[in-house]
Amino acid sequence: MLASSNEAEAGAGSICLLDFLKTPIASFQDFLFLAGRSFLNIFRRPHYYDDVSLQMDIIGVGSLPIVALTGGFSGMIIALQMARALNTYGASSQVGSIVTLTLVRELGPVLTALLVAGRNASGIASELGSMKVTEQIDAMRALGTDPVKKLVTPRLIATALMLPCLTVIADAIGMFGAYLIAVPLLHIIDSGAYWSTSWRALVLNDLAQGLIKPLLFGMIVALVGCYYGLRTTGGTQGVGRSTTQAVVAASIWIFVVALLMDKIFVGL
Amino acid sequence: MPSDPILVFDKVSLRYGDSWALRDISLTLNPGETRIIFGAAGSGKTTLLKAVIGLVDVDEGHIRLFGKDVTSLRESQLFAVRSGAGVLFQEGGLFDSLSVGENVEYPLLNRQAGEDKISPEDAEKRVREALRFVELEQTFDKFPAEISGGMRRRVGIARAIVTEPPLVLYDSPTAGLDPITANTIMALVAKERDVRNSASLIVTHRYQDGEIMSDFLYDPGQEELKPVKGGADRRKQERTKFIVMKEGQIVFFGNRQELESSPDEYVKRFVRHEENHAQ
Repeated sequence: MLASSNEAEAGAGSICLLDFLKTPIASFQDFLFLAGRSFLNIFRRPHYYDDVSLQMDIIGVGSLPIVALTGGFSGMIIALQMARALNTYGASSQVGSIVTLTLVRELGPVLTALLVAGRNASGIASELGSMKVTEQIDAMRALGTDPVKKLVTPRLIATALMLPCLTVIADAIGMFGAYLIAVPLLHIIDSGAYWSTSWRALVLNDLAQGLIKPLLFGMIVALVGCYYGLRTTGGTQGVGRSTTQAVVAASIWIFVVALLMDKIFVGL
Repeated sequence: MPSDPILVFDKVSLRYGDSWALRDISLTLNPGETRIIFGAAGSGKTTLLKAVIGLVDVDEGHIRLFGKDVTSLRESQLFAVRSGAGVLFQEGGLFDSLSVGENVEYPLLNRQAGEDKISPEDAEKRVREALRFVELEQTFDKFPAEISGGMRRRVGIARAIVTEPPLVLYDSPTAGLDPITANTIMALVAKERDVRNSASLIVTHRYQDGEIMSDFLYDPGQEELKPVKGGADRRKQERTKFIVMKEGQIVFFGNRQELESSPDEYVKRFVRHEENHAQ
């Protein structure tokens, strides 16, 4: 009798655990459906080229100042910190290669993606969330337009194309920032040596992960922003909640994917 | 010879968790007919309206719109069926990023079927006609944020009727509007019904909205509403019926006289009696 009561309790406990998991699993499934539909829509007509170029302007050109600023300061800060650390081992001349590898492999893609997530995942979630609560999404469906095709796919394409470009720009400006610290300010290396050690430090693997990572991060930023925007409920308060959730979720996924990508590329 | 019904609900049910959004709903709507839907908040009125064009998926039953079973169609197949119905959403549902003219033009340029393609010149002509119908042609280049709530609702009507659909769905067309603007909106709804003989489903909280639809007809000669008199007018009046919903169910169906004489306490809440007039 006691044994069967314990079994019943254990059964009830596992049912509670499963209930607890039901919502996040259902949400992840919805996210995967949205992602799948958005990707398939890339190859289906009609194509909204105007929306893609508009989003490329908003996401790419609009994010350029903040991305350039962050890239430049990151390069300068890494150069300052590394110059002191490398000086301890008499390896100050390696500052260019250290900064380049750090920026191209990791900091450039991740920092740029986090900035774009903060700026655009929130923007996308709030824009689509506002459209949802004011019934514009329903109106779009009622008027014969697939909101995923019209709203999600253009943002996915635009962010996936723009983030690698922004990352390359951030990397380049970061390397120039580090150059300003290492060469004219600290005089630890001459100009020719800085650029040649920086360039020679890079191998194909570094360039590949420096471009593939932002491509994936771009998809994450757009899809997470759209997902939270389209599931917004509860009026203006709901829009604020979706915006916050989109930034948090996109940032976490960027770190998770960065770790997975590092694991893959380190093994290559 | 009677024509085929535009819309048929056959034992439609939908649950959200433990509560019924729609429960065993059956109704039929023929061309030119009007249904005024009353009900408390959360009684399933808007869900019913959205179910008509497949914006919500029902759990049980079948909904046939223009002869097509919308409950069995995929989203991509629904777009063509939906283009036959005009919809006015509660807040107008206008796209913020488009001008008034572009909003009204949207359903015309967005038709799926190739044979329905329309030239930009013809589209603009139709848009101006629709805006003239709701007396807002001067707002063509304005954005929704630049016009009042009542005007947004009228632009929403223009967008709903610009394709001359055989069925128009109105979700609380007068909610939150002052009585004068609300009467103007309902006059436009009645005008649309009588000028083009379109079928309508109207969700509302105002009994006066139902009164206007039931007791008035649009006179194209005088360009104003006139009270229903006898003969042909009475037959037209019979095409307007009232529905009262409670917890997802239809608890009343009938004409205005039957509604006003209903002994049901819930139904009485939606009727404005003469003693209320006097107060």
